[in-house]
Amino acid sequence: MTTTSSTDAGTTATPMVEVRGVHKEFGRGADAVHVLRGVDLTVARGSVTVVLGPSGSGKSTLLRCVNELEEITAGSIVVDGERMGYREDAKGVLHRLHPKVIARQRQRIGMVFQRFHLFPHMTALENVMEAPVQVRGMSKRDARTRALQLLERVGLGDRTDHYPAQLSGGQQQRVAIARALAMDPELMLFDEPTSALDPELVGEVLAVMKDLAADGMTMIVVTHEIGFAREVADHVVFMDQGVIVEEGAPAQVIDSPREQRTQEFLAHVL
Amino acid sequence: MSDPIPHRIHARPVPRPGRFLAAAVVLVLAAMVVNGLVTNPNYRWDTVWLYLRDVVVIRGVMWTLVLTFGSMAIAVVLAVLLAVMRRSDNPVMRWVAWAYIWFFRGTPIYTQLVFWGLLAVLYPRLSLGIPFGPEFFSFSTRDVITAFWAALIGLALNEAAYLAEIVRAGLSSVDPGQTEAAKALGMKDSKILRRVVLPQAMRVIVPPTGNETISMLKTTSLVIAVPFTHDLFYATNAIGNRLYQTIPLLVIAAIWYLLITSVLMVGQHYLERYYGRGFGTETGRRRAGGGTGPSGSRKERKARKQDLIRQSGTTKDDPFLEVTP
Ligand SMILES: Nc1ncnc2c1ncn2[C@@H]1O[C@H](COP(=O)(O)OP(=O)(O)O)[C@@H](O)[C@H]1O
Ligand SMILES: [Mg+2]
Repeated sequence: MTTTSSTDAGTTATPMVEVRGVHKEFGRGADAVHVLRGVDLTVARGSVTVVLGPSGSGKSTLLRCVNELEEITAGSIVVDGERMGYREDAKGVLHRLHPKVIARQRQRIGMVFQRFHLFPHMTALENVMEAPVQVRGMSKRDARTRALQLLERVGLGDRTDHYPAQLSGGQQQRVAIARALAMDPELMLFDEPTSALDPELVGEVLAVMKDLAADGMTMIVVTHEIGFAREVADHVVFMDQGVIVEEGAPAQVIDSPREQRTQEFLAHVL
Repeated sequence: MSDPIPHRIHARPVPRPGRFLAAAVVLVLAAMVVNGLVTNPNYRWDTVWLYLRDVVVIRGVMWTLVLTFGSMAIAVVLAVLLAVMRRSDNPVMRWVAWAYIWFFRGTPIYTQLVFWGLLAVLYPRLSLGIPFGPEFFSFSTRDVITAFWAALIGLALNEAAYLAEIVRAGLSSVDPGQTEAAKALGMKDSKILRRVVLPQAMRVIVPPTGNETISMLKTTSLVIAVPFTHDLFYATNAIGNRLYQTIPLLVIAAIWYLLITSVLMVGQHYLERYYGRGFGTETGRRRAGGGTGPSGSRKERKARKQDLIRQSGTTKDDPFLEVTP
C-alpha cells in the first residue's frame, strides 16, 4: 500500500477515527426510530476493528455515519483529525458542509458493501478506474496501470475485462475492494463483506482483507466471521440495540466475554 | 432408430375444430376488406399512385419528419431536466416540475397548439427583464415565433411532460446501492447521475421512448391547430380538397404514415434488443464458458453490456413503475 504523507509521523498519536456520543434517529417526531443511542469508538491508525452484533443493532448505520452516507443526529465523528460533515466556527456554532466538501471527505474513506454494488455497465477494470479518473482527474493511462496492479493484487489479473455479471460473488467483492483501494483511502469500512457469498467463496475475500490488514490499512469491519475477528482484529466491539455493550482485545471479548448479551450472541454464532 | 429415449410418446393432439373455423371466418373477413379496398372505384387508386410521390406530399413528409425528430430531441432534454427536478431536495424544483407535468399532461395537445399559435396575439412583444422591473431587450413575437417554431415548441413541451415520467421511472428503477457506492467513492451528484445512474436507466427509458416517437409522428398531424400548413397531413388534405378527391389523398397520408411507422418500428425493435433481452442466450453461454472476455462489434458489446445490467438485477423491469405523480 502507498503510505500517507510526511505528516504521518506527527499524527500517529491521534487516532484515525474518533466517534463521540453519536446518536442517529431516522425520521422525526412520533415515527422516529432511535437507532444509535450514544456510541463512542476510537480506532487507532493501522488497526483493525471488528464490530460484532445481532442484526438490527445499528452496525451498518454506524459505518454509514462514519462516511456521511447518513447524517448523524447528535455527537461528532472525526476522521484523521477532520470533523465529518460539519464545521464549527469560533463561537461554537455548527455549519453543515457543502456537498462538494463532503464528497471530498469521503474520498479518504473506502467502503465495501455486503451486496458489492459494482457498476454493472462497466468491466472490472472500468469499475476500478472510474473514481480515479472521474473524481481525481487522473489520466486514463495512469488509472489503468494502477487499476491493473490492484486487480492483480486481489487475484483478478485475468478477469479485468469481465463485467460484474460474469464474475462470481467472491470475485465481485474483490473487485469492489480494488475499486475502493483505487482512491488510496486511509480508512476502509467493510459492511458484512462476506454475508452475501456462498460459503466456499468467503475465504478468498477474507484473504484479501487479511493481506490489507497486514499492510497496515486502518479498517473497521462489520462481520459475523468470528475466526477472522480472532485472527486479524486488534480491537473487537460488540454492539446491541444501538450501543456498544462491550469492547476490547479479541481474546477477551470473544473468548471470555463479561456481558451476558455478548455471551448470548456468541453462543449463537459460534 | 438411434433415439436414446425409449417409447417416445406420439399422442394425437386434442381435436380443436373451433380453431379452424375461427381462422376461416377471419380470413374470409380479411378477404372482404381487401376486396372492398381494391375493387371500390371511390378509392381512385390511379390518383393515389399519381400523387403518392407528388412534390408537395414529399415535402410534407420531410416537414413531418423534422417536426417529429425535432420535437422529440427537445423533449428528451427537457424531460431529463424535469425528471431530475422531480427528484431534487429543493421543494420549489419538485413542485415546479410536478406542476409542469400536471399541466401539460392534463390539457389536450390540440388546445396547447392553438395557444402557441395565438402567442403573438396574446403577447405581441416578448421581452427579457426582471418581473415588474426593467427590461433588457424585447422583440416582436410574430417575427421570432413563426408557425413552424410554434408547432415545434408546442409538440416538444407537451411531449416533455410524458417523457419526464418515463425518465423518472427509469432513474428510480436503478438500485439506490449504485448511488451509495458512487457516493462512497467521493463522486459528486452530477457525476453520479451522468456516469452511474443514467446509463443504467437507459434500458428502461429507451423502449417506451420509441413508442412515444411513433406516437409523435402521428400527433404532428395536429399542427394545423397552430396553424402550420406544410406537414404531410395538411399537404394531402389540401390537395384532396383542391381535386375534390379527399379519399385518395387520405389514403396517401395513411400510406406514408404507415411507411414511416414501419421504419421506426424496425428501429425500435433493434433498440429494444440492444437495451433489453435478445442476447440473453449468448451471454448465458459466455458466462457458462467463463473464460472468454468481451469481444465482437461495438454494437454487440453494447447490447451485451445492457444485458448484463439486466442480469445483475440492479434495475427493475417495469418502465411504468411509480409513474403517478
Ligand atoms: N433508513 C432507515 N430508516 C428507518 N430505519 C432504519 C433505516 N436504516 C436502518 N434503520 C433501522 O435501524 C436499525 C439498525 O439497522 P442497521 O444499522 O442496518 O443494523 P445492522 O447492520 O446491525 O443489522 C434497524 O432496526 C433498521 O430497521
Ligand atoms: Mg447491517
